[in-house]
This record gives sequence, C-alpha cells and structure tokens, in this order.
Amino acid sequence: MTGYLARRLGYYVVLLTAAVFLAYALTSTALGPRAYFEAKQPRPSAAAVDRQLTALNLNDRTPVVERFGTWANGVLLHADLGRTIHGTAVNDEFGRRIWVSMRLLLVGSVLGMLLGVAAGAWSAVRQYRLSDRALTVISFVLLSTPVFLLALLLKNGAIAAKNAAGHDVIPFTGYETPNLSGGLGTHLADWGLHLLLPTLSLALGGLATYSRYQRSTMLDVLGADYLRTAQAKGLTRGRALIKHGLRTAIIPMTTMFAYAFLGLFTGAAFTETIFGWHGMGEWFIQAVNEQDVNSVVAVNLFAAVVVLAAGFLADALHAALDPRVRTA
Amino acid sequence: MSAETMEQTVAGERAPVGRVRLAAGRLAGSRGALTGVVVLALLFLLAFVGPYLTPWDYATPDYTALRQPPSGQHWFGTNGLGQDVFAQTVRGLQKSLVIGLLVAVLSTGLASLVGACAGYFGGWTDRVLTFLVDLMLIFPAFLVIAVISPRLRGSGWIAFVVLLAVFNWMITARVIRSMTRSLREREFVAAARFMGVAPFRIIWRHILPNVSSFLIIDATITVGGAVMSEAALSYFGFGVRPPDVSLGTLLAAGAGDAPVFPWLFYFAAGLLVLFVLAVNLVGDGLRDALDPTAAPGRRARKTANSSRRSTS
Repeated sequence: MTGYLARRLGYYVVLLTAAVFLAYALTSTALGPRAYFEAKQPRPSAAAVDRQLTALNLNDRTPVVERFGTWANGVLLHADLGRTIHGTAVNDEFGRRIWVSMRLLLVGSVLGMLLGVAAGAWSAVRQYRLSDRALTVISFVLLSTPVFLLALLLKNGAIAAKNAAGHDVIPFTGYETPNLSGGLGTHLADWGLHLLLPTLSLALGGLATYSRYQRSTMLDVLGADYLRTAQAKGLTRGRALIKHGLRTAIIPMTTMFAYAFLGLFTGAAFTETIFGWHGMGEWFIQAVNEQDVNSVVAVNLFAAVVVLAAGFLADALHAALDPRVRTA
Repeated sequence: MSAETMEQTVAGERAPVGRVRLAAGRLAGSRGALTGVVVLALLFLLAFVGPYLTPWDYATPDYTALRQPPSGQHWFGTNGLGQDVFAQTVRGLQKSLVIGLLVAVLSTGLASLVGACAGYFGGWTDRVLTFLVDLMLIFPAFLVIAVISPRLRGSGWIAFVVLLAVFNWMITARVIRSMTRSLREREFVAAARFMGVAPFRIIWRHILPNVSSFLIIDATITVGGAVMSEAALSYFGFGVRPPDVSLGTLLAAGAGDAPVFPWLFYFAAGLLVLFVLAVNLVGDGLRDALDPTAAPGRRARKTANSSRRSTS
C-alpha cells in the first residue's frame, strides 16, 4: 500500500509543478497589471509604471519564464508568495483567508459526502418505495439548481424570515457577529449559526450527487451472492448490508470524491461571495478584477493543492477499502 | 463492457426492432423522461416563439412603466429601466439554450476524439493525453475561465462557448478511454486492423458507435451542466456580457432586488431550474432506454452509472 501511495504522490508532485507553471504563465499573460497602473490618476510616467511593475515582479517586458523563476524561488526558498498589486504581502492575505475557506470546504464536503452516501444507500435498500421516490425527486431538483442560485435562494429565504420576524433569524452575512461579547460557548454557537446557510448551499449539492451515484452502486451490490451468504451464516440483514454491501459499494465512489471536490471549490467561491465571507473564492474574484496576478496565482495554487490532496485522500481511501489495489 | 455489447448483438438478432425505435419506445414508456421531453419542447418553443408573442423588445425601455409588477401589458413585469422582463427572459433563455447545445456538441466531440485516441493507440499517446487530462482536471474550470474571459471581451459569446467546452471534456474523455481500451481487444476491431483499415477509420466505424450510448447520455447531461456554468459565470461577470442577454445576466441583474421585486429574479431562476431538471430527466430516461442489458419494456436498473468508474 505504501508503494502504491508513494507512486501516486510522486505523480501528483509532477502534475502540481506543471500545473502551477501553466497557471502562472496563463495568468500573467491574460491579466494586465500594466493597464491597472496606467489607469491611475494622476497618470504615472512610463518609467514609474515600469519601476513599480518590476518591484512587484509583474513587468511584462521580463520573459514569463524569468518571472516564474523569481516567483518559484521565493515560494520554495522563503515560502513567500510575492506581493499583491497594492504592495502588501500575499502571504498575509493568504493566512487570513485560508481558514475561512477551509472551514466552509471541510464542513461542507464532509457533511455532503456522509449524508449523500447514507441517503443513497438507504434509498437503494428501499428501492421504489415512497421514501426512495421522494429522495429521487428532491435530489433531481437539487442537481438542477446551480450552487450560486441555491445560495441566493437560501439568502433570500433568510431575508424574508428577517423581514417577517423583525430581527435576524438566521445570519446571512459574514462568518461571525462583530464585537460579540461572551464566553467560548457563545462564540462557537455564533460560528455554527453563521456556517449554517453557506454550508447548506454547498452540502445539499453534494448530497444530491453522491446519493444518486451511491444508490446505483448499492443497487448493483444488493443482489450479490456474498450478501446472501453473509446472511445465511447468521449476520442480520442490516449488518450484512453495512459490512459487506456498503463497503463494496463505496469503492467506486472514492474516485467521485476527488472529482466532486473540483466542483465544491467553485461552489465555495460563489457561496463566499454571496454570503460575504472573506475567503479564497471572494479574494479570487476580486483579484481577477484588479489584475492582481500574484493573488490569482496564489488562489490557483491553493486550489491545486486542495484538489490534489483530495485526490490523494481518495486514493488512500480506495486502497484501504479495496485490497486488490494494495497488492498491485 | 464486453458482456454488455455482446448482449446487445444477441438482442438485435432476437428482436427485429431497430435500436433507435427500441430506445424511443422505452423512452416513451418512462414517465419521467416523457415529462422531460415535453417540458424541453415547450421551453424551446417559448425561447424561439416567445419573442414574437409580445409587442415589447428586450432592450427597448417603456418609460411609463418602471419596476412594475407583472400585468396584462407586461407579463413578467418590467425592470428598473422599464424593459419588459418577459421579452428579456425569453431572449435570455434562447441564448442559454443555444450555448448549452453548442457546448455539449463541442465538448462531447473533443472528449470522444481524445478519449478514443488515448485508449486505442495506447503507449506514449495514451500517457501524454492522460497527463493532459489530469493537468486540466487540477484547476476548477471556473478559475481558468474567469482569468481568460476578460481577454476575450471583444470576441463575444462564441468565444465563451469555446472556453466552456474546452474546460468541460476531461472526465468524459477518461471514461471513453477506458471503454476504448476494452473494445480494442475485441475480435471485430482486431479483424478490421488485420484487414488493414486505417486507425482513425476503425475509431470512427467501430469504436465510437459502440460507445455512442454513453456519448448520447453524456451530451444530454452536459447541456444542463453548460447552462448552469454559463449562468454562474455570467452572474459573476465572467461570461455573457450586456448587451447580450442570458439567464445568467438576468439573474445577476435581478438578484439584489429579489426580496423587494421578486419578478426580476424568480422567472429567470425558475426557468433555469426547470430546463436543467428536464434535461436531467431525459438523460436519466436515456440511460435506461439505451442500456443494452435492460429487458425491453421492463424498467431498467441503472447500471450505466457504474461504467463511469475510471481506471487511471
């Protein structure tokens, strides 16, 4: 198993290097920091613009490979992601925002995954009954609603509830109440309440996707002989379904987990912007509009690392569940 | 996969019914798929006939009616500029549908080309193409499209369609690759190869027809996905731009006012969800209808999903 995982890890490192170079080259050619500085009032002289661009390592008269070299040098040797277009350190911004995003991504993905697998397996066991049909209809509607629309609908619901009740029922902006007094308990409750709507808008999509796939893989397994054997040997149906059925039915899902994380990351960018979370996604949209190359690259790097980490976890999960992978 | 294709030929000998008619019959027998097809037909009708039903143009303002709720004169109300929301919505729906269809065709074509080449040729072609697919899968498509799209501002929405397609084909290509790998070992492909048929001809005549069920289903689902991506990107200002109107730009314009002026938001939102829902229902119905392991008439178990398993 370690051999297999080490090989996957090596492949991921190569992929990451190539991807980060491409992202850097693409971003620094597609965005125009020079135009950003030239549009300033009063208009700076060409030499001043050049000086500023060079100081930020954004000068388009330096070859891309050279700029990438400088940037990669800083990242690898000093763990320094460069400067934003405003001259502040990207690292500071990164450090501030990463936990905001991770909170949302972790809770949203784990919740969506667990609920989706449970709902799908349950639905398969009760195929064509009322609960299965209801769940199918719900997941179809959820699958047809883009994440940003779901987030907007939840937010509008919260606004409507606020207008009806006359005060905030569920908070829908930001990730904490500013200047909240009280002990740790109050703060945790406040965090949880603020997490509710953004997490729901991410997790519901995951729930729908996973439950559809889990239902079909579980249905493939339900008629299997080894399930009957397990029951004939004295296991209850529930135990046989969980120990022998679900375990086998989850294996094809592990690949899904990695892919779904791609979508989740995009979804988180929408959710953050809509609910006013100052996370990586919101930063990204802001940075693209400000021609802030280094910040965009930093978010891309974060996305790539998160996606590859999810892929690696999926590989590890696959290897843990499927003994054939370990010996291969 | 091999068992599936085998049964397909056996079934073909037993029943003289053609494959298309068989699938169409099964599709008509499924209530969900039938509903989906009817809803899709109505939406297309609305999108392309709708503009002629109302005297209002989508861009011309009516200064006597600003932010008016739905009425006999303005069926979906008017926006802050006095533009007719019904005219805008059908116009946006039209643009979104065209974008969805174009993206699906382009992306499925690209996926089958790359997937079939990687699977059929193997060796270095396979390694390079797989690496390319993995590389493109690392970045969420939204990030890349958002970075590139401001550069293409001048080239209009066709460039946006190409972008959406170029960052959408990778997962399908992986599935096609693994299906092609198992097809390559089959006798009829070997026979064609030994008879000296050129590789691309084999792919066209023998490989692609055998994965066509998957391609049709995938293209259907992609239409829905592309419409959703279009809406999301346009909502954040990275997709279709004014003066072009799409469901995404309408949602972006109406979202802020939704709590007070709901007609600016919910008609577009409702049509978007309805369209994608109908597409998904048809896709699901097609999956059952085209599944060769399903007995004719009986409701099929959804096994096509499990072929999505990738081998990397």
